[in-house]
Amino acid sequence: MHPALSVIVFTTASGAGYGLLALLGLLSSASWLPADRWLGVSAIAIALTLITGGLLASTAHLGRPERAWRAFSQWRSSWLSREGVMSLLSYVPALAFAGLWFAGSGGAAVAVAGLATTLLAIATVYCTAMIYASLKPIHQWHNAWVPAGYLALSLMSGAVWLNALLLTWGAQRPAIAVLAAAAIVLAWWVKLRAWRYVDTTRSPSTPESATGLGSRGKVRLFEAPHTEDNYLLQEMGYRIARKHAAKLRRIAVALAFVAPLVLTVLTLAVDGAAAFVAAALAVPLVMIGLLVERWLFFAEAKHTVTLYYGAETV
Amino acid sequence: MTSYLVSRKKLGLVIDLDTCVGCHACAVNCKEWNTGGHSAPLPDHNPYAAHTSGVWFNRIHTFEAGEGESSRTVHFPKSCLHCEQPACVEVCPTGASYKREEDGIVLVNADTCIGCKLCSWACPYGAREFDDDAGVMKKCTLCIDRIYNENLAEAERIPACVATCPAQARHFGDLADPASEVSMLVAARGGYDLMPELGYKPVNKYLPPRAGRGGGSAAAPPPLPAAENGVHPVLRWLDRVLSR
Repeated sequence: MHPALSVIVFTTASGAGYGLLALLGLLSSASWLPADRWLGVSAIAIALTLITGGLLASTAHLGRPERAWRAFSQWRSSWLSREGVMSLLSYVPALAFAGLWFAGSGGAAVAVAGLATTLLAIATVYCTAMIYASLKPIHQWHNAWVPAGYLALSLMSGAVWLNALLLTWGAQRPAIAVLAAAAIVLAWWVKLRAWRYVDTTRSPSTPESATGLGSRGKVRLFEAPHTEDNYLLQEMGYRIARKHAAKLRRIAVALAFVAPLVLTVLTLAVDGAAAFVAAALAVPLVMIGLLVERWLFFAEAKHTVTLYYGAETV
Repeated sequence: MTSYLVSRKKLGLVIDLDTCVGCHACAVNCKEWNTGGHSAPLPDHNPYAAHTSGVWFNRIHTFEAGEGESSRTVHFPKSCLHCEQPACVEVCPTGASYKREEDGIVLVNADTCIGCKLCSWACPYGAREFDDDAGVMKKCTLCIDRIYNENLAEAERIPACVATCPAQARHFGDLADPASEVSMLVAARGGYDLMPELGYKPVNKYLPPRAGRGGGSAAAPPPLPAAENGVHPVLRWLDRVLSR
């Protein structure tokens, strides 16, 4: 599948934003975070900036962005519609959470707003993942590792951002750094399993099932329907050589998992400015690593339409 | 309505892979009709230059089925199959992609489509293409602007591709009606679905190439008997006939 930059930026940025929001809501309600109201409002603002920036970037993918408001109507059937609805809904408890935290109001109200924010943030990321996982023609997406991966990577990137924010504020919490390290390890494992699924399984669809001519033996494309490119080949015909994908996977692992894990553990081992630098450095590294991972998510996906254009398997 | 429904009729096409000669006349007629009518205009970028591209609803692939002497070249027209369980309808966030209840035709409302392209990802057959000039998705309409069009003579109220096929490889009708010409063709010739394992239940059916003389059969013709064979020629002939 053609890796569209707008969608890659959207899912990576909003994934981090929703992960950060979810952690803020959950951890503040459990009193794991400092009560500082400026920290609270800044952290939520950063999360909402990531989310809003991501959502706006995604409209660049549309042919008619001025009609994007129509996308909220089919939530009964469409995961894309559900994602739109959930993303809008999640602003409500998030803004309430920020307002109540800033106002310094009592524990119960902030906790409720925080937990509601957590739930809606998780639900939104799940809806985003299901847009891809619900597509039967794309075997590499149509499995449970996709929503697991989106949720785990969202949690991981949010945790890395949170650790950096706390250290920026001079409000380090070792428990958060441990949580971030654990989230990185978990997401790494999920991603490795997802890649194993992609490497070791194949779609049930073949050129024989696509044409119904398998009773005669092997089916191969003799002549394509057109000599030039078309939308189908541009959008769904993207192919990446296995050795290039392997190299990019190593880069993604290094930037998204190894480096942030090392730096996060380092924030537990050192103090002061060194810890701050380590935590802050982890943020751009994890985001770039996730951009590479997301690019691969698209590039390694094969659509059944390619069976009509000479692909032997998808 | 973007959830699955059971339509009253199942209008669709039956494509005869045995008689299709791969002339592309159906694709050209479809392009001509739709460039002027309901889905107008269809983009054609750089039509007289290198790297031309455009939107076509019907595309003719050619496959080689089988290997060696028993293989067969099969021309394979492909357009929207107007599935009974069209995921392209289910994934659409705006409801622009819909299946008609009265006849089962799957359409795109070009006034409400936002061009997110998710329907084309959901279609395993590549039936939908993006019109990058209009910013919306377009696809085979089963010539809905012809089949009910009272301005056309009754005999012409069939899809453009069916009207133009010189090999009579395309048939149009109601596949929900077991007495219709198309249903009887499907029953007689063993018409099949494409990618049935995905569960989209396409309405369009494909008729397989017939096992033909020599080229379609996997068995080699029996060897000619040796001239020195002392058996009477009539008996040798009888042997050959009975071995076929």
